[in-house]
Amino acid sequence: MIGGIDLTTLAAMLMVASTPVLLAAIGELIAERAGVLNLGVEGMMICGAVGGFAIAVMTGSPVLGFIGGAVSGAALALLFAVLTQVFLSNQVATGLALTLFGLGLSALLGKGFEGVRPPATAKLDLGPLSDIPVLGPVLFSHDWVVYLSLVLVVLVWGFLKYTRAGLILRAVGESHDAAHALGYRVIAVRFGALTFGGACAGLGGAYLSLVRVPQWTEGMTAGVGWIALAIVVFASWKPQRVLVGAYLFGGITALQLQLQAAGYAIPVHLLSMAPYIITILALVVLSAVHGRNAQAGPAALGKSFHASS
Amino acid sequence: MITLVKRPQPSQFWSWATPILAVIATMIAGGLLFAALGKDPIEAIKAIFWDPILGQNAGYFRSQLLVKAGPLILIACGLAIGFRAGIWNIGAEGQYIIGAICGAWLALRVYPAESAWLFPAMIALGALGGLLWALIPAVLKVTLGVSEILVSLMLVYVAENLLAYVAFGPLRNPDGFGMPGSRNLQQYDAAHNPELIAGTGMHWGVVAALIAVIFTYILLHRHIAGFRIRVAGEAPRAALFAGVVPTRLVVICLGLSGALAGVAGLFEVAGPSGQITDSFNAGYGFTAIIVAFLGRLHPVGILLAGLLMALTYIGGDVAQLRLQLPPAAIQCFQGMLLFFLLGFDVLTNYRVKFAGAA
Repeated sequence: MIGGIDLTTLAAMLMVASTPVLLAAIGELIAERAGVLNLGVEGMMICGAVGGFAIAVMTGSPVLGFIGGAVSGAALALLFAVLTQVFLSNQVATGLALTLFGLGLSALLGKGFEGVRPPATAKLDLGPLSDIPVLGPVLFSHDWVVYLSLVLVVLVWGFLKYTRAGLILRAVGESHDAAHALGYRVIAVRFGALTFGGACAGLGGAYLSLVRVPQWTEGMTAGVGWIALAIVVFASWKPQRVLVGAYLFGGITALQLQLQAAGYAIPVHLLSMAPYIITILALVVLSAVHGRNAQAGPAALGKSFHASS
Repeated sequence: MITLVKRPQPSQFWSWATPILAVIATMIAGGLLFAALGKDPIEAIKAIFWDPILGQNAGYFRSQLLVKAGPLILIACGLAIGFRAGIWNIGAEGQYIIGAICGAWLALRVYPAESAWLFPAMIALGALGGLLWALIPAVLKVTLGVSEILVSLMLVYVAENLLAYVAFGPLRNPDGFGMPGSRNLQQYDAAHNPELIAGTGMHWGVVAALIAVIFTYILLHRHIAGFRIRVAGEAPRAALFAGVVPTRLVVICLGLSGALAGVAGLFEVAGPSGQITDSFNAGYGFTAIIVAFLGRLHPVGILLAGLLMALTYIGGDVAQLRLQLPPAAIQCFQGMLLFFLLGFDVLTNYRVKFAGAA
């Protein structure tokens, strides 16, 4: 206990608080490494949150809920893919549209689900591991989605670093013209990357509404999707650093909530600002340390690809 | 097989036709959405687009049109200048809130002093607040290369929390029996932004919006600065050779759009809204993004698009009253509009070619 805050609880909370943003960020990382900037993460997340919540409540199964969340996010991502890859629309504007549309759609779909309690997601039974003092409650007493998010980070890291498909994905993101000339199907790769990104964001959203809160309220993502985007930049487009960024953010969120609960005389609204301010500060510090060039993203990021040119 | 062929120059015709096409497509898709919600689609579309102007009680709704269009146009004009230059200020909502807080703070501070200078001073402070809030991403962008998109957006959430803080704390009405929210500026003559012509909804913010449209037109289309802004957006390398200083452009575009969003917030808080409350901001800063694109980043287009979006807000209220259409349906509807617009835009820049026929 330090200053009325139990560190074990804080660390355990950190893992739960980080999971939605970690999922969304690792998905967006794949999309951006394929050269597509999807600013609609917030919209995909909130649709995943409402989709996952609705399906979990209707079927009574949290697992189906998570699948539903991922499918909702992926469906929105496909919409984005069609607009930006087939109709060659501006990626920044389309991403913003996706967020605005997703917020509206989710509020519409979620009308009947306010105040409803979702079926509980069971914590994994890891046997004696959970009984280890300190480490047990912090690391080994969570639900399966927390571990899935960590496995995903490792898989994405291995995929990008060691597989041929990962190499092709990166090639498409660095120079779509060169990749096209080599016979790779740029549009197909980008569709795949975007869909994966959407599914991850949707899963993260579903985690928010099914486990983290757990409840559905309008606009409940409250900028987490945007923070995921910031974390990808902060991570210099590297999966292992996404993990660091997401857990840093989760730590700040958990600490801020614990401070509120501990009854410090800091107004709640000022504490609630902390995650956003820290995100900005993290971006600033990163840029100051790396300089302008070191943190450059994939070379073709945000550019439309048209084969005839 | 359908292929797209890039036009050597964007089509003038399609550039103006796509917004109209997008509105029609949105009406159809929106109708389907409303039908899926179990409402009569034709009735709903009529309630949104027809009744506020020409239906029953249209007199009241017509005055709301300018009240809602004013801030949208004012913010969108500023955003369009930046978007033209490829500078993405998407935190107008935050600048709008900060502008309102700054201006209202002055009025609440000097209450109940009466002075003809108070209202102009509030406007200046509102502009300054929005300007400074927008300069945070601008400065971070030019000194460290931090994405202005992310910073300006993060600052929206900071501003929203700050708004809640002042509404419950420093700016709370001391005579309000502990209710959250500030004094009502509508009851404070020197600070009130009144309706100028009764029944029209015209207030100083609407006047400012019209001035902004004219100013933006001159800046973008009749002045060398506008040329530079457009070149910077369309051909950044060419802009460098033409002597455009990118850092200065970032600061000017963000600062200008921030100041406009700030005054929009001030006019709103001193007029139609009247009070600083934790939810007085109605998302105009985000809807203005749609307005800017729907208006083709052109001031005249923005004027029309602002009126149209204001109509969907009011029509949404009408549909809510008459058909119990949930308010979120309108938000969805507005998002769809932007989607269709961006999708149809392919016709502006590309020619559709059917293989064999060509």
